[in-house]
Amino acid sequence: MVRKFNVLEHELVPVHEVLDVREALRILKQLRVRPEKLPWIRESDPAAKSIDAKPGDIVRIIRKSHTAKKAISYRYVVTG
Amino acid sequence: MSKEIHEYIEKKLNELIGVLPESIIEELRVKLKEIPDLSKDEVDKIIKLTVREYRNALVEPGEAVGTVAAQSIGEPSTQMTLRTFHYAGVREFNVTLGLPRLIEIVDARKTPSTPMMTVYLDEEHKYDEQKAKEVARRIEVTKVENVVSSIETDLFENIIRITLDPVMLKDKGLTPEQVLKIIEKIKLGAEEITLNYEDNKPVIIVKFAGEPEAAKLSKAREKIMSAKIKGVKGIKRVIVQRRDHEGKTEYVLITDGSNLAGVLGVKGVDPTKTTTNSISEIESVLGIEAAREAIIREIKGVLDEQGLDVDIRHIMLVADIMTWTGRVRQVGRHGVTGEKESVLARAAFEVTVRHLYDAAARGELDELKGVTENVIVGQVVPVGTGMVTLQMKPSITRKAGSN
Repeated sequence: MVRKFNVLEHELVPVHEVLDVREALRILKQLRVRPEKLPWIRESDPAAKSIDAKPGDIVRIIRKSHTAKKAISYRYVVTG
Repeated sequence: MSKEIHEYIEKKLNELIGVLPESIIEELRVKLKEIPDLSKDEVDKIIKLTVREYRNALVEPGEAVGTVAAQSIGEPSTQMTLRTFHYAGVREFNVTLGLPRLIEIVDARKTPSTPMMTVYLDEEHKYDEQKAKEVARRIEVTKVENVVSSIETDLFENIIRITLDPVMLKDKGLTPEQVLKIIEKIKLGAEEITLNYEDNKPVIIVKFAGEPEAAKLSKAREKIMSAKIKGVKGIKRVIVQRRDHEGKTEYVLITDGSNLAGVLGVKGVDPTKTTTNSISEIESVLGIEAAREAIIREIKGVLDEQGLDVDIRHIMLVADIMTWTGRVRQVGRHGVTGEKESVLARAAFEVTVRHLYDAAARGELDELKGVTENVIVGQVVPVGTGMVTLQMKPSITRKAGSN
C-alpha cells in the first residue's frame, strides 16, 4: 500500500541542498561563524536523508518566506 | 514609458538581488512601472531611498528580539477566549483552538488534544464526490463492530453469532466474505468459522471446541469487535468537504485522528499537500524544516482565528528557536534551553535561597554573561548598545603616534 514518496516534494518542505566543501567554507567565512553555531539538522531527518547529507555537511535551505518571498538559511548536519 | 527606461529599471533591479529581499524588489518593480515619465536619475533616487529605508527598518544588532517577540505574542494571548472548543471550518468536528491550542504548540506536546488532518486528493479523485468518498473509505478505520447489527454469545452451543448489517456493509463498500476473511485471520482458537444467510442477512458463526467458558467467549467477542477491517490506524472519522475554488469544485477530506505516514501512502491522496495538525508527526515524517513551517502556520492560524494581528516575524522567531537543534524543543517555564546557566539568574526566578545555598555548596562561578545577573550586580546589561565593548590594538596606536 505504501508508495515511495520523496519528502522534498511536500509543500511544507523547502529546498534542501548539500553544499560542497568550498562553498561551505565560503558561507562560514561570510557569516563569520563556526559550523556548530548554525542551526542543526539531524542526520536522521527525513529531508536530510533524501539528499544524503552526512554529519559535518552544511545544508542550504531555500525557503518560501512569508515576508521576503525567498529566504536562504543554512543548517549544520549533526549525528542523531 | 520608453523601452530604454524599462531596460534600465530591470538592470538596476537585478543589481538589488542580495541587497533587498525578493518581495520588495517585486513591489518596487510594479511601482516603478506604474509611474509615467521617469528619468534614469529618478529611478536611481527611488532605488537608493528604498535601500536606505530597508536598511533602517532592519533589526539592530543587540536588539532583544526574543523579549519583543514574547511580549508581542503574550499580550494578545491574554485577550484570547479561554473557551477550548471551536469548530474550524467543519461543523462536525470540535477542534482545540485559542489559548489551549497555543500552549499545546509551544509545549511541543507529542500528540495534540484534537488530532486532525486535511487530506488533499490527487487529480483523479478530487473533482468527483463519489471518488472522494472512495478514498475516504480507504482511510477511515472500519472495525467489525461498525458493520455488525447484533452479536450473541451462545454458551450452550459454544458459538458466537455475528449478524452483519447489509446497509452498513454497502456504505463501507464491503462484502460479507471480506469480513469473514478478517475474522478468520484473528487468532481466536476457534474450531470453525462459517458464513450463512438467515432471512437474507449475512451471519457469521464462530464455533469453539472443548468446554464452553464464558470468559473465553467474551474475550473472543472483544477481539472480533475491535478487529480492523480496513483503513489507516488512528483515523477515527473522515468527512468529505466541498470547496469551491476559482469556479472549480474540489473535494478535500478532513479527518478526526491523525496518521500522516499512513495516509500519505494511500492511493488517491495527494501526498505533496496533505497535512496534519500534529507537529511531532510532521517532524518525524517530513523533517525539521517542515516542522518549523508547521509551527508557524499553526500559531498564525490560532491567532488569526481569534482575530489577533501579530506580526509573523515574531512567530517565525519562535519557530526558529524551537527547531534550532534539529528537533522540536518546547518553550517551557524556563525558556527553551531549560535551566539557566547563571546562579543569580536562577535565584532571581524562584526559590532564591535554595539556589544560592546549592551554588555555594558546589562552588559555582557566575560569569555575569546574561541580562538578569547584570541587573542584580548593577552593571550595564548585555543588550543593545550594552553589548558592544571597545577593542584596541596597541600596535596600531604606536604607529599612529610615531607619525
